[in-house]
Formats: sequence, structure tokens, C-alpha cells
Amino acid sequence: MRGARQHAGSLVRFLEHALARGIGNAMSTETTDLVVAPDSPHFGRDRGAVRALLLSAASVIIAVLGGAVAALRASDTNNTFLLVFVVGFPLGVFALWFGRRAETRIVDRDGPEIDEQLARTARRLAMVGISLGVLLAIGLGVWSAWTGLEDVQEIFFSLPDLGDSADLVFDGFLLNVKIFIAAEILVLIWGLAVAVVRDLPGRAAAPLRWLAVAYVDIFRGLPAIITIYLVVFGLPLSRLPIVPGPDASFLGFDQVEMLGIFALVLVYGAYVAEVYRSGIESVHWSQRAAAQGLGLSRGQSMRYVVVPQAVRRVIPPLMNDFIGLQKDTALLNIAGVFEGFAASSNYANNNFNLSSVTGLGICFIVITIPMTRLTDYLVKRDRQRTQAGIA
Amino acid sequence: MTALVEVRGLVKRFGLTTVLDGVDLDVGEHDVVCLIGASGSGKSTLLRCINGLEAINSGTVVVSGRKVIQDDIKLNRLRRDVGIVFQAYNLFPHMTVLDNVMLAPRKVLHLHAAEAEARARPLLERIGMTDKADEYPDRLSGGQQQRVAIVRALAMQPKLMLFDEITSALDPELVNEVLLMMRQLAEDGMTMIVATHEMGFARDVATKVCYLHQGKILEEGPPNMIFSSPQHERTAEFLKRTLEAGRL
Repeated sequence: MRGARQHAGSLVRFLEHALARGIGNAMSTETTDLVVAPDSPHFGRDRGAVRALLLSAASVIIAVLGGAVAALRASDTNNTFLLVFVVGFPLGVFALWFGRRAETRIVDRDGPEIDEQLARTARRLAMVGISLGVLLAIGLGVWSAWTGLEDVQEIFFSLPDLGDSADLVFDGFLLNVKIFIAAEILVLIWGLAVAVVRDLPGRAAAPLRWLAVAYVDIFRGLPAIITIYLVVFGLPLSRLPIVPGPDASFLGFDQVEMLGIFALVLVYGAYVAEVYRSGIESVHWSQRAAAQGLGLSRGQSMRYVVVPQAVRRVIPPLMNDFIGLQKDTALLNIAGVFEGFAASSNYANNNFNLSSVTGLGICFIVITIPMTRLTDYLVKRDRQRTQAGIA
Repeated sequence: MTALVEVRGLVKRFGLTTVLDGVDLDVGEHDVVCLIGASGSGKSTLLRCINGLEAINSGTVVVSGRKVIQDDIKLNRLRRDVGIVFQAYNLFPHMTVLDNVMLAPRKVLHLHAAEAEARARPLLERIGMTDKADEYPDRLSGGQQQRVAIVRALAMQPKLMLFDEITSALDPELVNEVLLMMRQLAEDGMTMIVATHEMGFARDVATKVCYLHQGKILEEGPPNMIFSSPQHERTAEFLKRTLEAGRL
């Protein structure tokens, strides 16, 4: 409260000066004794603060004006949009920089209190200018596009099409969900196995280590779509006895779906193995020493001491790969799996309207967000339980 | 009396530096051997060679009749009998205090959870940490963590305990609770090899003090002899410096 009043006070005082002498004078070095006399040692600092304040005000005004123009002249959206960003945003950044510099100088030279407050106010205003500018630009831009271009609504968000395609898209999307749940479970296990093999000690295990390295190198480098294509179309042609036949079915997955899951596990297993490995290597060696000092074997030390700590550390990056996996289930449509994207693009092609695909996109976003929040929460809870000073 | 630990001509190198340069050491049952010497004199490395955490370059280490060699199965067997406590506690941060203590008895000795708990609880009670059993290590003080680490090693009912400067990382006011616990252990007859800078502890508790200098045991003997009339001028010099630093 007190701080805010002080800011307001200094701002008011500054504006009084500025109005009394004119803004032009306020900016100029030679002709004014705005807040303090030009020969005063404090003068230069005030100039920085004043400049910051004016610039930040300007950035806010430009952002607001830009947004307003964008809203009024929807057909001209793109140009206005550009203007807002090109002018308003850098101006705000400059204002921030000036304010910061002015403040630093004041702190360095131990100047009078009013200067410091002025600079701080200017800096806050600049920050407000930047965020408000960006928000307004995007918000108004989207809003004007939305209201101004009926075609956009019609193409992407046609309610009748969304409704008509909902059942089809949702059924398809359910298959995506089933596939990624199966693939995720397998990837978790397979990735960990590869990571552990890569860390096996001793010369005898060297061939296994090389295999693991080769696997990761190959499948991390190979585009997912190529792996999927080769696996799903290639393996059945290979007539290898372990490949499921055309009529095979397991847990409700048919042959193509099984091969698709296999391909996704190959691709994402390579990523996840590396994530696990970074986690394993981040556990300090003294933890292994302590475990082995207690008589635990290497394997037991890994299982009970190293891996549990490693997994906790890599949950956030694992989450990343999982979201990637979720999205890449849509790639299986090239292999003839009739999942959400296949279903929705099919509808889009037949009805000359993309709303079904937009709907599917929303489905993907909607399931990703709660999962991320849930893991964030679980990680936070674990930290609160095990670490001091956060509770 | 047969020696529990017999070290003969132990040489350990890290690359080009020779850390241990022909160490001989005998430790009988119920002995408390204190290793003193400057940092880098090889105290920690000697301890780590005794329980096989470091491979040795030449010489032999025999612990309760078994030669220490770098063979996983034999080392795992050896370490059941040899507890080690480190300067940095090294408790497992993802397990509660109780689970830390129960892990090795369960997984190495294959005790049931109830048996392991019956072993762990009284130990925790002895150090007054019953109410912290379900707490996680990072939420305890350094002294508490170190006492849990000692108890964790004791839960394996070892014949020999190795202590690697276990009070060096502690705040001064927490050192005493840990030293007190070690004194009690010594009184109970535990065989201990203690690398330490706590000269007071060495003087009161040790049955033998070894002064290490540049990878060799320069002088060894009963504490009153080492501390009151050191034979070697380097030992005298080291003790004088330690005394000046107020560590006696």
C-alpha cells in the first residue's frame, strides 16, 4: 500500500513538472531543470527515468491504438497486426531498458529517493505496456479476424459440421487414446531397459551396450513417419513368423494397429531411453557407493537406489515425450489405421469443411493439459514430502 | 588373537598419483583404530580399499579370513560384514528413514518386512529417532542424518565398521551427538576403523592410532604414546598444527 502511494506520488509530482514545462522540455537535456537543475548531479538519472516513462506510455498507446484500428478495419488485420508488433513491442522493451538503467544508476550513486521511485514506476509501466500491448494485439487481432471474416468461422468452426462429424471423430480419437496408452506403457518399460543396458558395466556386456547405442542412434534419427511406414507395411510382407497375421487380434488391437504401436514404441523408446539415461547419470556416484557399501549388488543398487531417484528427476522431460507420442498416434493414419485424423480428414474431404479436423485438434489439446497439470502436481507433492523447506 | 583385518603392502594409484604406498595394518576384534593425518594422506582411500569400493593395485587385504578381490559376488558377501559410513551421509533421499534402515536387511539378507522392521525400530529408538522413522532424510539435521546412516549400517549387524570422516561435514554443535554414538559403539565392543580429524575422540576411544603421511603409515601405537611422545617429527608437526587449530 505504502509503496504504491509513493509511486503514485512521485508520478504525480513528475507529471506536474512535465505539464508545467511541457513534454518537449522534459525530454531535452539543455533547456530544462525538470526535476532537478541541469547542473545538479542527479540530472542525468532523471532523464533516463523520464525517457523510460514516456516510452512506456507511448508503447501502451500504440498497442491500444493498434488493437483498436485492427478491430475497426478487420480486412486490414495483417498490416495493423504487424504495426503493433513492429512499433509497440520494441518500444516497450526500450522503455524497460531505460527504466532499468536509470534505476541502476540511481542505486549505484545513492541518489535521492524520488528518482528511484520514478524509475521504478517507469519500469513497471513499461512492463505493463509490453504485456498489455502484446495481449491487446493478439486478442483484438483474433477477435477482429473472428468477427470480420465469416469465412474463417465457416471453414474452421462450422457448428453444424462439428456436430455432424462429432461421433465419427470421437470414435477415431478413442482409438488414438487406446493406442497411445498401450504404446506409453510399453515405451516406459522398453526405454528403461535400453537405458539400463547402456549403463551395464564390464567388458562382457560391451556388445549389448553397442546394440543399445546403435538402436538409439538409428531410431532417433529416422523420421517417425518412415519408421511407421516401413514397419506397418514392411513387416507383414517379410513373412517373418513372429509378425502377427492379418487376422490376429490382441487386447482389441488388430494387426495393423499392433504393428503401428510397435513402430511408435521403436521411435519413442529411443527418445525415452536417452531421457532415462540422463536421469541415471545424474544420480551422484556416492549413492551407488552407499548402496554397495551396504552389501547390495550392482543390480540391486540400480533397482532400489539409482533408478527410483532417476525416474523422479526425469518426469518432466518424460512428459514431453509422452505428449509427442500422443500427437504422433495421428501419423498412423498413413498406415491405414482409421484413427481420429483419418476419420476427420475423411469427413473434411467429403464435406469441403475443416471443422472436423479442428474438433479433433481440440480433443488432443484437451487431454494433454490435465495430464501435464497432474504430473506437475505429483512432482510437487513428492518434493514437498521429501525435501526440507518447501512444505 | 587373529586379526579381523590384515592389510599387507597395499598400493593404490589413481592414474599417476600413488595414494597408498605400501600400507600394512592389523586390526583385531574389538579394536578401535583411528587413522589420522592431513587431507589427501590416504585415510579415506584405505577405508574404501578395505571394503572393496576401490580396486587395489598390489598387496593384499584380508577381512575375517577372506581376501578382498574385485569379484562382485565375493564383494557383496564381504560388505555384509563390513559397514561403512561416509562424510556426506549418503542416505537415500527417496526413502523414509525407516526404509533406509530396512533396505539392506530386506534385499541382502532377505528378511521379511516385519523382521527387518523389528531390527530397525530398536536401533532408531536407541538414537532417539523413533518419531522421525517416517520422515525423509532431507528434512533431518546433518547430525540426525549421520546417526541414521550409522544405524543403517548397523542394521546389517556387521563385524566391522568403517567411518570415513563422518563428522567433517557437520556443524560444530552437531558433532558431539555423532561422536557420542561412536563412543557407545566402541564400548559395546564393535570393531571400528575410523578416519578422523577429531583428535579428542582418537585419544579417548582408540586402541590404536595410525598417522598416515603421503600414503604410508608413518607411525602407529596406542593413543597416549602417539599424542604425548610421537617418535616421528612429522607426526609431532601434524599434532602441533592440529592443536593450534584447536581441534584437540
